[in-house]
Amino acid sequence: MDENLRREIILDNYSNPKNKYIPSNEKEYLKVNTNNSSCIDNLDIYVKIEDNIIKDICFEGEACAISTSSCSIMIHNLIGKTVDEARKYIENFNNMLNENAYDEELLNEAVAYNTIYKQNNRKHCAYLPYEGILKILNQIKENE
Amino acid sequence: MNIEDFPMLKQDIIYFDNGATTLKPKQVIDKMNDYYSNYSASAHRGDYDISYKVDQEYENAREKVRKFINAEEVEEVIFTSGATESLNMIANGFFKNILTYQDEILITTSEHASNVLPWFHLQNTIGCQVKFINLDDNHYVTLENVKKSITPQTKVISLAGVTNVLGDARPIKEICKFAHLNNIFVVMDGAQSVPHRKTDVKDLDVDFLAFSGHKMCGPTGIGVLYGKKELLEELEPINLGGGMNESFDSPDEVYFKELPARLEAGTPNIAGAIGLGEAIDYLESIGMDKIHEYEMELRKYAMDKLIEIPYLDILNIESDSGIIAFNVDDIFSQDVAYYLNKYNICVRAGNHCAKILKNEVGVKNSIRISLYFYNTKSEIDDLVELLKNKEKMRIEMI
Ligand SMILES: Cc1ncc(COP(=O)(O)O)c(C=O)c1O
Repeated sequence: MDENLRREIILDNYSNPKNKYIPSNEKEYLKVNTNNSSCIDNLDIYVKIEDNIIKDICFEGEACAISTSSCSIMIHNLIGKTVDEARKYIENFNNMLNENAYDEELLNEAVAYNTIYKQNNRKHCAYLPYEGILKILNQIKENE
Repeated sequence: MNIEDFPMLKQDIIYFDNGATTLKPKQVIDKMNDYYSNYSASAHRGDYDISYKVDQEYENAREKVRKFINAEEVEEVIFTSGATESLNMIANGFFKNILTYQDEILITTSEHASNVLPWFHLQNTIGCQVKFINLDDNHYVTLENVKKSITPQTKVISLAGVTNVLGDARPIKEICKFAHLNNIFVVMDGAQSVPHRKTDVKDLDVDFLAFSGHKMCGPTGIGVLYGKKELLEELEPINLGGGMNESFDSPDEVYFKELPARLEAGTPNIAGAIGLGEAIDYLESIGMDKIHEYEMELRKYAMDKLIEIPYLDILNIESDSGIIAFNVDDIFSQDVAYYLNKYNICVRAGNHCAKILKNEVGVKNSIRISLYFYNTKSEIDDLVELLKNKEKMRIEMI
């Protein structure tokens, strides 16, 4: 990916993150906090799931450019997906971060992080929102 | 000053995170290597020559600490793993036994977690109250505010000599004088002050002092608990076992050793103590007053330049230490740290283990630069150049 495009995607999503607010009808959402013990990123993620489909995700908190933009892109990509599709997407993203084989098509703008493995200290920042979502998805699995 | 003594500085780095830990001079590393290579035996077992040498070196280090902080007696110096352990020993070994649910402990929101949580623990276990001294407009502690916070129930005041967030120095001597007139104990967390300025426990008249070796050119895993002898005598050992007992024929016939051994159960951190002794020699060869003076000169040099950058929000324009805390408008502190890291400049971003930023200053985190005597004006120039270019920062922060 072209460096300028990469930067543009990340900075756009950092400056104008998707759904960065606490939902007004908070009761309809599952909430999880996700934070990074080695740095100061700290996000609350709200997910609304109906009929096994992710209807909406919003987030709030304090985090660096990488975590915030990654969360924004994740939200773009996950809304509308079924829970199973979401799991696949997350696994795919994780494979990319860890330099394993992955499907670029599925990731859309999230491929902007395909070189982040070179900065070990930021890899976790990019994955942080995904950890939060996974906690929620695992919660519903247990409840089933 | 003395850059050539620091092997770490042969790398291409600018190290501005001295509040977290400091670099080690060759002298300290060599001293520890010498122990591990040439007389690596246990202490307090002088049955053979090298063990006798260990005893001598270990106790020598204690004497160096005593002299360094001007304690009256060498038994008042206890080796611990660091400031955190020392503070926990003070709270749990001493105050837990003398405080009641009616008593109050005074601290501030700018204390490090290690000078907060042990006291919270006392509140949770014996029901005493932890109260906070109001800070002035600069977020500093004044004697006036200490006086206002004291009630007949106040039994302990526990304060950092210099805080790790804003680097403000506290009037410990005046506080001790006033506190003692009111039968209040004073605990000093010296983690950020002892490495940077002369500390004289007799002159200050503190009851307890805690500090860490690794923040003063010494090794990690070693620190000091100082206490006035009559108080340390009452400090109950939390660790029991080898090295600290006289005899233990049965559960009701256990006899402990005298100070300091009583409070140093188990095989001590011998290399650490010896290394710390060497670090003290090293600092004294430069001179604590000179170190402080140089840091203040460096701080002024940095501040004069930083203050010219319009989008910097400097949290402590005035302060009596080498700590500078700031934020860059619209850029998250961690991103600034990552940007500087690309140029091998090590700074810290975060809340620095204290609640003050959130509770008093109204920001959640900040970038912290903490200087030491081996930092230079030219390093500050490099930092300022990078901070001056906000567009570059925005592009390169990711
Ligand atoms: C003011 C203050 N107190 C206590 C500590 C704890 O020191 P240590 O982690 O070495 O035990 C620190 C370390 O950051 C500190 O800055």
